[in-house]
Amino acid sequence: MSYVIRRLRAFPLVLIGVSIIVFIAIRLVPGDSITAMLGTEAGLLTPQQRDSLAIYFGIDQPWPVQYWRWFTGLFSGDLGISVTYGKPVLSVILERFPLTLELALLAMLIALSIGVPAGIFAATRNERPADLGVRIAAMIGQSTPSFVVGLVIIYILSAGFGVLPTMGAFTPFWQDPLQNLGQMILPAITLGCAFASSVTRVTRSAMLDVLSDDYVRTARSKGASERSVVWRHALPNALVPVVTLSGIEFGYLLGGAVIVEQIYALPGLGRMVLEAILQRDYALVQGAVLFIALNFMIVNLLVDLAYAALDPRIRLEGR
Amino acid sequence: MRVVKAIFSHPSGRIGGAIVLVYLLVALLGAVGLTPHDPLMQYRIDRLHAPTSSYWMGTDLFGRDVMSRLMKGIGQSFTVAFFSVALATLAGTVLGLTAAWYGKGWDTVMMRFMDVLLAFPAILLALLIVTIVGPGTWTSVAAISIVYTPIFTRVVRGPALSLKSRDFVDAARTFGSSRSYILTRHLLLNLVAPLTVQVTLALAWALLTEAGLSFLGLGTQPPASSLGLMLSDARNLMEQAPWLLAFPAVAIMFSILGFNLLGDALRDILDPKTRRA
Repeated sequence: MSYVIRRLRAFPLVLIGVSIIVFIAIRLVPGDSITAMLGTEAGLLTPQQRDSLAIYFGIDQPWPVQYWRWFTGLFSGDLGISVTYGKPVLSVILERFPLTLELALLAMLIALSIGVPAGIFAATRNERPADLGVRIAAMIGQSTPSFVVGLVIIYILSAGFGVLPTMGAFTPFWQDPLQNLGQMILPAITLGCAFASSVTRVTRSAMLDVLSDDYVRTARSKGASERSVVWRHALPNALVPVVTLSGIEFGYLLGGAVIVEQIYALPGLGRMVLEAILQRDYALVQGAVLFIALNFMIVNLLVDLAYAALDPRIRLEGR
Repeated sequence: MRVVKAIFSHPSGRIGGAIVLVYLLVALLGAVGLTPHDPLMQYRIDRLHAPTSSYWMGTDLFGRDVMSRLMKGIGQSFTVAFFSVALATLAGTVLGLTAAWYGKGWDTVMMRFMDVLLAFPAILLALLIVTIVGPGTWTSVAAISIVYTPIFTRVVRGPALSLKSRDFVDAARTFGSSRSYILTRHLLLNLVAPLTVQVTLALAWALLTEAGLSFLGLGTQPPASSLGLMLSDARNLMEQAPWLLAFPAVAIMFSILGFNLLGDALRDILDPKTRRA
């Protein structure tokens, strides 16, 4: 249990550290957010109007006061007001989050349904041409940036079939599932490609490890069929590193796939952060980056705990 | 020499090494200006020209030679990747070694700080840094090196901790060797293998991150060229001029592939435990 307790104890400390870094970083950006919000019209403001806007957004106070106000506000869900949207930061984030969550889930689904079978296929044909083919494909997939995959998909669709993927629109799944999937499937494939390649490589290598273990040899010598050896005896143990990898990748994807959301003009969390950064929307960037880091930390924590549950050596290492 | 020989007798190492060597040569030619045309020269009469014998990879919207820009861009992307990984390796090694050596408070503070940095998805942290300093080549170098420093710190600290308690380190202490001598001679030299593997793989990630930042308009700034920027420019023209997409896309992919293959080979050679996988 000590491992679990240690991980849980570190969590709030890291969260405070993340919040301090985000807070300071955003204030080091040159230029103030009032100018960013009003653009050239900011020059028309009288000093009094500028001061009252600063008081309204709370940016007139010294940094420690601003930080304390922001940090204590976090516990009641008050992340401040977005100067770009004129709405509470949390509501802007929560509007964008379902898309990012769905995209991450779909990408993971695609990656696992391709990567795990491909990894098993390659491992059971170790060093044969089929194995080599899968390994080459996985290596190429892992080396291809998502924006290259995205642009190639868009090119093939537009040049080959004269159609363009839906850009900029998002219909929630519960409103129209078919339309939603139509909008999300290409971005999910784009993200899922590299992810599937990593899953394939990890599954293959874990399967090879497990297939040479003594207990698998015992199962074989007791006359178990090859199918039963692979699927019943080897696969459950080989999936432990796959769970870890998927969790970590999923955590990254929850951070918003900035580039893929940008290519497909999807109104997700990643694109929102990019826009907020360019708009110098302090409160929104602060809130969103903290929200993303928190998601990432929670997913990593869950992965660690799952790993500890699946592998007793980790759980017991602190004893 | 032994490692170089081993790399070229390993299938992945041979292919990866050859790819990386070709890229280095192209980058060098681009850096010294040995390109077919001036990468910035606008041949307006030949705008969006398909590949021909005078423009092997065609021209872009402004009539600039794509091949020359690609050569220059590879040089640019490699410069960013090499400098950022060099800085991350240096910072990570110093922090990891000192954390392992001094332990206690310094170790705790350092490693918690690294945990905090690791809590940010890489591209987000890079975006945040680019926003503070403003886009540009050296900002990309700083951003990518900060993103990868925690990884190097962890890679160094773990093995350094176990080396620290080994008999030969105790013996060196007993003989009165200085702290800096033990750290560099006994600890660092034994960490060369894991560091080499990590550096090679980090170069692949750095190329990927640089391309991503440039693609978003936050890395290398026009009129300079980089692979990500060229792809970003190709976005609205790819149906009319597919060569603008094809060549930079293939160039990015193979550069990352080269380092990934080389990294895999080095891991097999330097860490026999993973060889079977």
